[in-house]
Amino acid sequence: MSTVAAVGPRRRGPINLGRILLYVFVALTALVWLVPIAGAIFASFRPFADTVRDGFFSWPSSLTLDNYRNAWEQGDIARKYWNTVVILLPALAFTLFFSSMVAFVCSRYSWRFNILLLSIFTAGNLLPQQIIIQPLFQFYNRVELPEWLSNSGKLNGSALGIILIHIAFQSGFCTFVLSNYMKLLPKSLNDAARIDGAGVWKQYWQIIMPLTLPAIAALATLEFTWIYNDFFWAVVLEQQGADRPITSSLANLGGEFFTDDNLIAAASMFVALPTLLVYLALQRYFIAGLTIGAEKG
Amino acid sequence: MTTRDNRRSPSPSRFGYSLNRRGLLKRAAGAAALGLSLPAGLTRAQVELGAATGDVTLGSNYSNAVPQQGLRAAVEALPNKNVNVIINEVDHNTFQENITTYLQNPDDVIPWFAGYRMRYFAAQELLGDITDVWDAGLNDSLAEGFKVASTADDGKQYFVPWTYYIWGIYYRPSLFEENGWTAPATMEDLQSLASNMQDAGIVPFGFGNDGRWPAMGTFDQLNFRLNGYQFHVDLMAGKESWTDERVKSVFTTWESLLPLHQENPNGRTWEEAAAAVVNKEAGMMTIGTFIGEVFPEGETDDLDFFAFPELNPEFGTETVEAPIDGWMMAREPGNVAGAKELLYHFGTADAQAAYLAVDPSKVAPSADVDTSLYSPLQQKVLEAVSAAPTVTQFLDRDTSPEFASNVAGQAFADFLADPSSIDSILEDMQAQAEAIFAE
Amino acid sequence: MSMAAPKAGRLRQFDGRDRWVALAMAGIPTILHVALVWIPTIASILLSFTDWKGIRFSDINWVGFKNYEQIFTVFQKNFFQALINNSVLLIFLFIGPTALGIGLAYLLDRDIRGTRFFQGIFFTPVVLSLAVVGFMWQSVIYSTENGLATQLFGGGAAIDWIGNQSFLIPFGDDYGVSRNFVAILVAIAWRHTGYIMVLYLAGLKSVDTSLREAAKLDGSNEWQVFRHVVFPSLKPINVVVAVITVIEALRAFDIIYVLNTPRKTEVLSILTTNNLLGEGGGNVGRGSAYATILFVLCFGFVIWYVTNHYRATQEGADS
Repeated sequence: MSTVAAVGPRRRGPINLGRILLYVFVALTALVWLVPIAGAIFASFRPFADTVRDGFFSWPSSLTLDNYRNAWEQGDIARKYWNTVVILLPALAFTLFFSSMVAFVCSRYSWRFNILLLSIFTAGNLLPQQIIIQPLFQFYNRVELPEWLSNSGKLNGSALGIILIHIAFQSGFCTFVLSNYMKLLPKSLNDAARIDGAGVWKQYWQIIMPLTLPAIAALATLEFTWIYNDFFWAVVLEQQGADRPITSSLANLGGEFFTDDNLIAAASMFVALPTLLVYLALQRYFIAGLTIGAEKG
Repeated sequence: MTTRDNRRSPSPSRFGYSLNRRGLLKRAAGAAALGLSLPAGLTRAQVELGAATGDVTLGSNYSNAVPQQGLRAAVEALPNKNVNVIINEVDHNTFQENITTYLQNPDDVIPWFAGYRMRYFAAQELLGDITDVWDAGLNDSLAEGFKVASTADDGKQYFVPWTYYIWGIYYRPSLFEENGWTAPATMEDLQSLASNMQDAGIVPFGFGNDGRWPAMGTFDQLNFRLNGYQFHVDLMAGKESWTDERVKSVFTTWESLLPLHQENPNGRTWEEAAAAVVNKEAGMMTIGTFIGEVFPEGETDDLDFFAFPELNPEFGTETVEAPIDGWMMAREPGNVAGAKELLYHFGTADAQAAYLAVDPSKVAPSADVDTSLYSPLQQKVLEAVSAAPTVTQFLDRDTSPEFASNVAGQAFADFLADPSSIDSILEDMQAQAEAIFAE
Repeated sequence: MSMAAPKAGRLRQFDGRDRWVALAMAGIPTILHVALVWIPTIASILLSFTDWKGIRFSDINWVGFKNYEQIFTVFQKNFFQALINNSVLLIFLFIGPTALGIGLAYLLDRDIRGTRFFQGIFFTPVVLSLAVVGFMWQSVIYSTENGLATQLFGGGAAIDWIGNQSFLIPFGDDYGVSRNFVAILVAIAWRHTGYIMVLYLAGLKSVDTSLREAAKLDGSNEWQVFRHVVFPSLKPINVVVAVITVIEALRAFDIIYVLNTPRKTEVLSILTTNNLLGEGGGNVGRGSAYATILFVLCFGFVIWYVTNHYRATQEGADS
């Protein structure tokens, strides 16, 4: 798992034409990549009337924080952040917990069905969401829950329902990645533990999991963005606008007819901020997360 | 956001409600008495106004600022303060996109439109019968036409009308004044006005069809002007063929008018097209009264409309397209009494006036609303609709939702992209209509 | 001791309570996964043979292959155009974002100043919510009158990027690659390139630098080093990228959806959503038929990948 390791120093090449061209190419491409983002940020500070009159890329006649204020209030952003937290944290924790258990059992022991089991998870992760959604909705809509678990009295319309489908769906990818990772840990670890009298749970929790932490951390950052960015499940499985997570409520600012793009731009910034922060802080884990499974694929 | 301070002259009734709690209760008691004093011969259970208590959930797709505040004001005006209304706000598009799943787990009171689709949901047994709410007093304050628009195939009412607006050709009077133009009465007038506009370097019609619903408005106007109300309604219901010569004539006429429109409408949002009208780059636009929402603060008075001119003397300009927004009740609401009380309230002048005080781009169906508070534009909408013998809703409200969004919207976009391919487009439409309406 | 007889050792991995613990550890997550992912999938396949409206179970009628028949006849223009778009997207993802992603990874893997900064920029679109991405492209870039693309290339005139459904590359009269689909491909590339870049960056880190140095000393030029030393050692990554690309091309949904699905840019997942859930939804039968077609296409590929992957693992384990 060399990917998690820091990049070692390498000798810097001499300054030559090729090198300059390289910089120019990379910098220009990066600039192109930044344009849509910069445009949205710019628009978020301008009144609607300005961009309607002059276009998105024009000298601003005035800059304002009004869009942010209005988006925050009208979009009820604080509550939407909270809704996201309520769904995201349990979903993330249980996705990792569940998939690490399956990965552990399947990769550390040989038994008849482990390949089949891993195949089910791996393939499940690659299914289109659309094939799942309608029966899932119908099922959720027929499961009754006590009031304290669900405002609607059903699994449909409860945070629990969204959490469960996130766990079920995302554990496909995580199981795949973690089993690849765990397979590379020396077999002798288990044997040694067994001789010491450690049971299966102890082997999992005290021996294997601590060694798997780098992979868990990497997956956690990745799954954080995936679950955070999901809107498909939430839009279909939660009918209460106020209870939807932030990504699926961005559109909340569009009206029956009229949509204020600048307001949406400001709201987008609120939506984008958490993933950007997580990404910037944990960039290293991110890259590792995407590639751990890949390395020995 | 446009705030329209100039229009925010609240109706007296609204202030009466929100400021004077005692007056409020008296009024509620009076209304209850009214409900009880209706002819005893009616065997239906009456709604006992003022008796409900507890929470009522109200679905809302009034997601941008102005309608959102308007709805809150109307809810605050609910006389029965023992009912606690919980508003569930969802953005308009998402709400619409997910209506089928939403209706299987809905709020007590549901926002929707009058027309075919309301009747469709009623027939699917997804809605609650509110005939008794009508009997409790709405029959008196709402014209027969609104009652018809609220009635499903089984003859019962499932809908309370709330606001409406009108489709027509909207323009800025100041632009017309500057150029000495007047609103055209006939197609010839319109043609010559359009060529005057072109000479002045102005595109006659702003046109945007992103989202694939705005062009349906133009289709509707052309179809009922050329072929009449009945043909339009039958076509929408799948009873007439899209390969009929009469449908073809709609598209031929449309094609001849396209050079007067902004080019490439499919990628332009209606807001962008309306912005061209605001900026006086386009002279007029076939759209609904909601175009006012794009007008900047202080300029909202500079907006007027005229009816789409006559195309066939047999039908004149007798049909108007005036979509009615309103409310329905869930089939099994958590709080039946509360839901009915709220629905009744929404049908009254008080609630509607409270809403219009915030959002003056619509008009109230209730005959009791004080129209002296209306802007000239609202007055004109009111007159046009009152005078019309036949009223349509809008293509996507007058036909099967599947047909509207998966067939008609796409076909119109294809036509606008390549008018010459209309024959094959109409053949496909008919085949798809048959598949959909057969089910 | 058990090492000497591995077969016997395997059988004795679990004893008594451990057997049940292991069963629970694997079983509970599996039940959840199967119940919420696989059973609905099977249910969708079954529903595709009905005319269900999605409201009451008692209204389910079996209609045989009618939904499929309609998709292949009256709705064929939508269906085949979607199929073309999915295929074009697949090819495009390989020659566009994948190639660019490898290129950027290769360049950024060298010790250039600010490499982390550049990586950050290219990867940012991957972490952004699709709602944000959709807004950026629809309004900021592709707005007919106001967008940056219009201001740059329009020369004062409006350009219809998203709505121009005429074919840039026609395949006969009815099908082709539409101009607006090409515009959307650009937006997809913007999002996808960073993903590919990061995968290859990680792969490149594991390439033995001494091999490169050795090849350079042999007088190989940059391209030859890449072609003969670096690229072959990236094989595991190539497999993963191939899987991701094929699956993403088949499942592609979000950017097109948030751009309001302009005409002729429909892909299979969009047709499914429109028929199953959208405003015109409620036709669960036909929607499920679209979903099943999408599933079959994905699944064929998934089966191939999974059997390959685990056969290799199996062989690795047995040898």
